[in-house]
Amino acid sequence: MKPAPFAYYAPTTLDEALSLLSEHGYDAKVLAGGQSLVPMMNFRIAQPAVLVDINNIPDLAYINAEEGGVRVGALTRHHQSETSPVMARHAPLIYSTMPKIAYPQVRTRGTFGGSLSHADPSAELPTLTTTLDAKFRLVSQCGERWVSAREFFLGLYTTALEPDEILIEGFVPELPPRSGWSLQEVNRRKHDFALAGVAAVLTLDESGICQDARLVFLSVGDHPMYAERASNLLKGQALTPEAIRAATELATTEEIDPGDDIHATADFRRHLAKTLCQRAIEQAHQRAQGKQ
Amino acid sequence: MDKRLIGKRVVRNEDPRLLTGQAQYVDDVNLPNMAHAAMFRSEYAHARIRSIDVSKARAYPGVIAVYTAEDMGADCYPGPPLVSPPPTVKDVIFNSRRQVPLVKDKIRHAGEIIAVVIAETRYIAEDGLDLIEIEYEPLPVVADIEKALEPDSPLVHDDLDSNLAAHLVQKKGDYEAARASADAIIQRRFTIERGTAAAMENRGIVAQWDAKSEALTVWDTTQAPIPIRNGLAARLGLSESKVRVIAPFIGGGFGPKIMMFYSEEMLVPWLAIKLNRPVKWIEDRRENFYATTQERGQVHEVEMAFTRDGKILGIKDDFIHDTGAYDPYGLTTPLNTQSHVMGGYDIPNFTSEFRVAFTNKTIVTPMRGAGRPHGIYVIERMMDIAAKELGIDRVEIRRRNLIKPDAFPYEHGIIDQAFAPLIFDSGNYEAVLNETLKAVGYEKFIKEEQPRYRAEGRRVGIGVLPFIETTGVGPYEGARVTVEASGKIAVATGVGTQGQGHFTSFAQVVAEQLGVDVTDVRITTGDSAHFNWGTGTFASRGAVVAGNAMHAAATMVRKKILKLASKVLNAPEEELELEDGMVRVADIPQSSISLSDLAALANPLRGAVEPGTEPGLEATAYYGPQYGPTAFGVHAMIAEIDAETMMIKILRYVVTEDCGTILNPLILEGQIHGGVALGLGNAYYEKLHFDENAQLLNASFMDYLLVGSTEMPRIEVHHLETRSPLNELGTKGVGEAGAIPVPALFAQTMEDALYDYNLEIRETPLNPNRLFGIARKEKTA
Repeated sequence: MKPAPFAYYAPTTLDEALSLLSEHGYDAKVLAGGQSLVPMMNFRIAQPAVLVDINNIPDLAYINAEEGGVRVGALTRHHQSETSPVMARHAPLIYSTMPKIAYPQVRTRGTFGGSLSHADPSAELPTLTTTLDAKFRLVSQCGERWVSAREFFLGLYTTALEPDEILIEGFVPELPPRSGWSLQEVNRRKHDFALAGVAAVLTLDESGICQDARLVFLSVGDHPMYAERASNLLKGQALTPEAIRAATELATTEEIDPGDDIHATADFRRHLAKTLCQRAIEQAHQRAQGKQ
Repeated sequence: MDKRLIGKRVVRNEDPRLLTGQAQYVDDVNLPNMAHAAMFRSEYAHARIRSIDVSKARAYPGVIAVYTAEDMGADCYPGPPLVSPPPTVKDVIFNSRRQVPLVKDKIRHAGEIIAVVIAETRYIAEDGLDLIEIEYEPLPVVADIEKALEPDSPLVHDDLDSNLAAHLVQKKGDYEAARASADAIIQRRFTIERGTAAAMENRGIVAQWDAKSEALTVWDTTQAPIPIRNGLAARLGLSESKVRVIAPFIGGGFGPKIMMFYSEEMLVPWLAIKLNRPVKWIEDRRENFYATTQERGQVHEVEMAFTRDGKILGIKDDFIHDTGAYDPYGLTTPLNTQSHVMGGYDIPNFTSEFRVAFTNKTIVTPMRGAGRPHGIYVIERMMDIAAKELGIDRVEIRRRNLIKPDAFPYEHGIIDQAFAPLIFDSGNYEAVLNETLKAVGYEKFIKEEQPRYRAEGRRVGIGVLPFIETTGVGPYEGARVTVEASGKIAVATGVGTQGQGHFTSFAQVVAEQLGVDVTDVRITTGDSAHFNWGTGTFASRGAVVAGNAMHAAATMVRKKILKLASKVLNAPEEELELEDGMVRVADIPQSSISLSDLAALANPLRGAVEPGTEPGLEATAYYGPQYGPTAFGVHAMIAEIDAETMMIKILRYVVTEDCGTILNPLILEGQIHGGVALGLGNAYYEKLHFDENAQLLNASFMDYLLVGSTEMPRIEVHHLETRSPLNELGTKGVGEAGAIPVPALFAQTMEDALYDYNLEIRETPLNPNRLFGIARKEKTA
């Protein structure tokens, strides 16, 4: 379990890094926390010819409160997000989910940008950023562009990133007043990837009617599965048990695509998604009413 | 002052070295000019090798050599059988087929070695592996143990008529007659699937050849350094005195590290001599999943005969045991299963038949538990089913059948894993059961707490069950105890060590005899240069077999000390006391001599050692039991389950263990904790998933779910001590105990928690998906 030979660069400026990516294209991989890439290299599943280590580039690790949300730098370690009062205040869904991501060793090294760029459909951050309608700044030598989370995750380990681009930061909008959130997942062991999971955010109007809702599933499709129709079904409704059941039913029968593997069959994953979706909406509803 | 050291919670002598990273492991051995080996392993489970092309690998910069079976020539032959088949049982069939260093023509399991690359670094060696080209002819695969024994099955070994590796029947009483007189007959089928031991440290070997003195030194993660030394010397044509095998600190053995000889164990020392360079091979985790031996696969068809009040009249058990591609370890595991299918119960009639099947899977050898969890799973599941069918409380039906204290020694009339008669030496089984029921609050839970949980809609179940563990088998171990000139005590034994606390528990045994601090006893284990005789650490035998050898040697040294001191101090031996490293005349504290001075007097530079005496304060002793002692325990669990997700939470876990005299409760409890962790894995987390081509689908810790600290409950351990009459110390083994009852206990607890689903669990390991399917009577993966 030793990696195949590769060239290693450790640029100290973003320009240098972008120039290396531009030069090597598909042969190059960006190394941030390395918590997915390095094991894959050790298994020789990934054999990049060139590794561009961005850890020596200054000022890429930050969590800054801004008008309407929070700006998170690519090299922000999960541990920083887990312990950040700014994250707790402005993006409590991300903050409270952090302890569910792997175990402390991984969270100490793993990064915000790395997890998003890797786009594992079982990882939490792609699902959370999709749920919160976050957007990402992608930078290359040719310039930069902002891409919304919903348009960023395209499939299994596949994103909108071009080979010469780096995801440099994300902007996570803050939830409006009378909002609630929940992340529910089932993990074999505390630190495992979820067998199934779902994140829910809800916003109520003053009379308690659901104004806005987003339900996004993890581990039951090849990317974060935004259940758009089920989310829309909740809008304009009082969140009665019947309304919650109807949205759950729609989401988990028509808007997810679970697969079989050694840990769970597609049927069991669908059953879990259903159970969790109902619990997530209920908990988000409680929070939106200020009950939790 | 209390001079007893045995039984005290002494903190471990070895921990400062281990915790500060000062302990030497095999991978810490780095020698000048050392080369690194990497193994080319077969991807196929069953295939003929058409051609091997290693030319590109040989040409790769940094590669020193590449060897195949052809290059190894006449030196490439199978390892010796580790355990010979039992000679004492009538009509036994045993077909011995053993692994080779490098496979020449036919692959029999994925992970077998076809070629070895030796390079300047492991990185380069692995680059070399990528350049080897093999042409295979894939063959139909034997993946399922039941299909393996069907007449039209493909053959793992073409020279045999079938995949039958062994067949053996053992009987006691007359089951058929018992059946005829029974009020109730219960039949069931149980399946137990494979797991792996997953020691924290993988295997590793470093071999160094000194051509000038024709001496070979091998550092090996083995549980059996002396047999490895003897076997290597024989294999390589060297004198045993010219081969030194060192098993240094080892990060967990659990059984698979006494599989002798692994292909790599035959290969790496040979390479070191051939290349005249030190060679290191360290197994990586992926290799460990394919190449280190595994265990647990069995299918049982069981029948039990009962009276209507729940008394067991007899058992008939027919099972198939998976041995994988080869059977170097003989029949230890299935014999152990046979010895445990009767549990701790008084069962007059017993018929057990097993067939061992070759399959295209990794070799099976004993792994912590070693056939015992299978036997306990079968009997304890049957007891639960009988309790339900006969309408008797599950604790009560067990109580009615446990062997009574006055029935010991309880002779079964069959043989055990060591081919010795299966005799339970001693015990007080019902007392252990009562202690556990009291500790877990069984009555109160059933009468008050559980109804309250159920009223709240929570599914919380309780499980309680007993188990036995046959331990401490022969043939023997030895120890040498020496009082050194410093007054410190040096002890050597041939038994290996992998973290069991030998440096402390053995030291306690010796220190108690010699009146010194536990920290003044320095133990050397697992180095053939320090002790010439021994078998190894396995079968929960270290404390029993090596422990009693320690005790015997220390007792002899004590006698030598007293005899010499009596002369020096001019006082009768009966009046002498050994304390604080001194020999004192009782009541005359000023009349004393230190062990240090006494050691010097015993080994004088001038004068004469008297005829009939030996120099020094030293003795060597051996202990070999006629048969092993049998320990007993009861585990109880209270757990909650979410019936929608099948996620569990263990609220209480109580263990009462009776393993005879306790040497050190701290170490004993650690053994139990580790065992329970493995047992929980075998119950709900750890399963090797093989597909129909015998390809392992979860060869990494991402997909093979080891139980971690986040899954472990707090374990409350209680002790009873029924001394074994078989040995001086009164000890029984405990190394495997924790793992044995857990899958059966887990099944019982889940059935109780999911009371409204009325489920019957007949397989292990489970997982949430499977449990969900069983609960809803669905067919699931």
